[in-house]
Amino acid sequence: MTARPDIAVVGAGPAGMAAAVAAAEAGAHVMVFDEQPGPGGQIYRAIETPGPAGDAVLGADYAAGRGLSRAFRDSGAEYLPGATVWQVSPDREVGVSVDGRARIIKAGAVIVAGGALERPFPIPGWTLPGVMTAGAAQIALKASGLAAADAVFAGTGPLLYLIVDQYLKAGVPVRAVLETTPWSAYLGALPRLPGALLRAGKLRQGLGYIRAIRDAGVPVIRGVSGLAVAGDGRAERVAYTHGGHRHEIAAEHVFVHQGVVPNVNLTRSIGCRHDWDPAQACWRVATDAWGATDVAGIFAAGDGAHVGGAEAARLGGQLAALGALCTIGRIDAAVRNNRGAPIQHALAWELRPRPFLDALYRPAAADRVPAGDDVVVCRCEEVTAGEVRATAALGCLGPNQLKSFCRAGMGPCQGRLCALTVTELLAEATGRPPDAVGDFRRRPPVKPLRLAELAALEPDDTDGGDAGP
Amino acid sequence: MTAGADAIVVGGGLHGCSAALHLAMRGARVLVLEKDTVARHASGVNAGGVRRLGRDLAEIPLADAAARVWHAIGDLVDDDCGFQPSGQVKIGETEAEMAEMAARVERIRALGFAHEVLIGADELRERLPAVAGHCRGAIVVDGDGHANPFRTTQAFHRKARALGVRFLEGTAVRDLARAGGAWTVDSAAGHSQAPVLVNCAGAWGAAMAAKLGEPVPLSAEAFMLMVTQPMAPFVGPVVGAWGRALSFKQLGNGAVLIGGGHRGLADPDANRAGVDVAGLAASARTAAAIFPVMRHAAVVRAWAGIEGETPDKIPVIGESATAEGAFHAFGFSGHGFQLGPIVGRVVADLVTDGATDLPIEAFRIDRFAN
Ligand SMILES: Cc1cc2nc3c(=O)[nH]c(=O)nc-3n(C[C@H](O)[C@H](O)[C@H](O)COP(=O)(O)OP(=O)(O)OC[C@H]3O[C@@H](n4cnc5c(N)ncnc54)[C@H](O)[C@@H]3O)c2cc1C
Ligand SMILES: Cc1cc2nc3c(=O)[nH]c(=O)nc-3n(C[C@H](O)[C@H](O)[C@H](O)COP(=O)(O)OP(=O)(O)OC[C@H]3O[C@@H](n4cnc5c(N)ncnc54)[C@H](O)[C@@H]3O)c2cc1C
Repeated sequence: MTARPDIAVVGAGPAGMAAAVAAAEAGAHVMVFDEQPGPGGQIYRAIETPGPAGDAVLGADYAAGRGLSRAFRDSGAEYLPGATVWQVSPDREVGVSVDGRARIIKAGAVIVAGGALERPFPIPGWTLPGVMTAGAAQIALKASGLAAADAVFAGTGPLLYLIVDQYLKAGVPVRAVLETTPWSAYLGALPRLPGALLRAGKLRQGLGYIRAIRDAGVPVIRGVSGLAVAGDGRAERVAYTHGGHRHEIAAEHVFVHQGVVPNVNLTRSIGCRHDWDPAQACWRVATDAWGATDVAGIFAAGDGAHVGGAEAARLGGQLAALGALCTIGRIDAAVRNNRGAPIQHALAWELRPRPFLDALYRPAAADRVPAGDDVVVCRCEEVTAGEVRATAALGCLGPNQLKSFCRAGMGPCQGRLCALTVTELLAEATGRPPDAVGDFRRRPPVKPLRLAELAALEPDDTDGGDAGP
Repeated sequence: MTAGADAIVVGGGLHGCSAALHLAMRGARVLVLEKDTVARHASGVNAGGVRRLGRDLAEIPLADAAARVWHAIGDLVDDDCGFQPSGQVKIGETEAEMAEMAARVERIRALGFAHEVLIGADELRERLPAVAGHCRGAIVVDGDGHANPFRTTQAFHRKARALGVRFLEGTAVRDLARAGGAWTVDSAAGHSQAPVLVNCAGAWGAAMAAKLGEPVPLSAEAFMLMVTQPMAPFVGPVVGAWGRALSFKQLGNGAVLIGGGHRGLADPDANRAGVDVAGLAASARTAAAIFPVMRHAAVVRAWAGIEGETPDKIPVIGESATAEGAFHAFGFSGHGFQLGPIVGRVVADLVTDGATDLPIEAFRIDRFAN
């Protein structure tokens, strides 16, 4: 409890690593916490200890992370792997557990770079064993080279194709890809194509994956709707609608994915302001150009602040470092602006294709808000869409009231897996915009914390007073 | 302008809902004004302890009468409120504590109340097999227990509405004025009038009282709770400790709820209550000391609720000392959930009969006047 870093960084993905490098370069004492055993984040997971998969399978984008992770290791930033951050208080106290020991570390500024989560995909049968997210399937591949053969991949978004491609390169057969991108999304995206074409390389990469998948003989079925997984106690088949007809494929493994969204649990629990992002249909923390939130000394960067991909995350991390350095008085605003200008320029360039990608890969409304009442929305407490609608009909207007009425969002994930669905369901049911409906309040600890660790925190002079049992 | 009320209740917590319900049961037309939503504050997020055990002597007759209502709560509100009469246990950890506890039990026995019973180490272990070896005994109250606070408050709310009570949520009361035998209440909904005003504004109750010219030194406190991942069942009753702040219970789904009076940061003006990790750590130490099995528990969520606390830690209940037709029931100081069903009846007694058969002298608002 003695360390008082100038800057604490939560997350060692591209955003956190880049922030740490930039801040340490300026002479600040930086501490970086990440619950993973090594640096890299999602994209560069296990970058220092590549499993059997290797660069050939994971691709050039993956290998590119090695330079950043080396710079990070050499930066002088103090890095704590296996460090789970369970709380950040508005006055910049970081509660973190390492090796079964909890500590509170007060920092001059905190940069939250915790990354994104896969968007929930609430379809019938998504809770059956055998169904998991494509991201989880990728983690197995990256970390241990494990992969399930003959899986069906279903959903939308650039990551879906990337992961299928990685599976094929690893020699794992894939049964089919069911693409849920609605036809209307192509039309919606079209006007945004010119801006994106400036970065045609990026787009070509995506098209390259699709071609490779087709060339490998994997059926890619586009314009799929009405996905449903069924089976006796576990996934056995996937049903879907295509060309006006229902179809079915046998599959024991179904990997679903419809894009990634910022993980807001930590920034929410700090009390930062969040706004609804209509383009990406998700919540995002409100920041200025330097990643500063409305809570003094708390910054957010990377896909956890706004989904823009790894390169945007790296640039955003650098900007947040400059913002934090300025806040703690290490550099003045003129220096910050000077160093930041080229980075901001690069970031704007990097984000050029985003409006196009956001429009193209915006999941269909029916895949975000289940039409059927039996679909489970909150997995922890097994609350269905029907129960949420019924509660709304009783006059429940917001997610927090809903929690009290039917326990949706009360489980250990604190709404990480259902918050977006709940907000959009309530918006639909009450005829109000998501911004007016709001989001679950998130409470510390944002990650489960062993009671023994909490108990071992230093005693203080808090007055116990009269109990209210 | 909202017309046609006999009484206006400020606050849609359990006490406001209960007062409104009891007034409606006697035929009054009642309007409840709630600045947020019903059960949004202490009444919806508390530990749900239904406890006579260890009450301030002044509160015992009320708590005793409330206990009788709790055991037939469904008759009152058509819902069992999740009430579990699993008992309450207050543990003694040293011989010195046991001596104090014995004296306490004697003292309330002399007042004519027999609900608190002292038990020794053997019986304690029989009732609580998971208790730590050093615990010496306990005071127990069979028939106490716990209920679901949100469900309880909503049940009172629903029943009151069924009897014609009108609730306006999102409607903060800004000002009060009395003229010609009626109150005019200025709120987001405009001006509402009624001959009777009931202040059930919880932690904000003193702000209402101040408008009547009777200041109360009430502090807004953020009492904290935390909950764990579900565990195998190991404790039935609600457990507290004599010598340190603890409130401990295992819920139906196996999750353990731990509280006990440690405070976070209350900001009543902003409607916010934040947790303080040091206080949670103290609760965690107590829980692990009394139930060693808790060391392996994983805490998944902590929160705080705002509650009004008086210097003598008992509520303000009764008629205004300065204004006619105004009544108070607020400042329950961390233990007003159990009293909810009875205090509403007391308020209705005072409004309709000008008196009540339960002793409430100790709760007079003018006790703070000098
Ligand atoms: C499952 C998944 C897989 C992805 N795969 C790819 C891919 O292969 N290629 C690609 O281009 N993009 C991928 N992405 C998109 C990815 O978000 C970005 O490419 C990039 O990794 C974002 O960088 P970041 O630094 O913002 O966050 P991340 O790279 O996600 O890094 C965040 C880090 O913070 C840590 N963290 C979060 N919360 C805490 C906490 N409370 N305590 C301690 N540590 C914490 C995490 O362990 C993680 O290491 C993936 C996203 C997801 C969700
Ligand atoms: C964490 C915690 C644990 C607890 N555990 C227990 C327990 O186990 N057992 C027990 O007996 N008690 C317990 N308590 C205490 C119990 O919750 C309270 O005593 C009780 O709920 C008080 O009810 P109330 O109606 O007075 O207050 P509240 O529930 O706070 O209701 C007051 C209402 O008035 C509204 N209001 C205020 N000002 C205005 C205005 N100007 N205009 C309109 N509306 C207004 C507020 O918005 C609020 O909703 C606990 C409390 C907390 C916080």
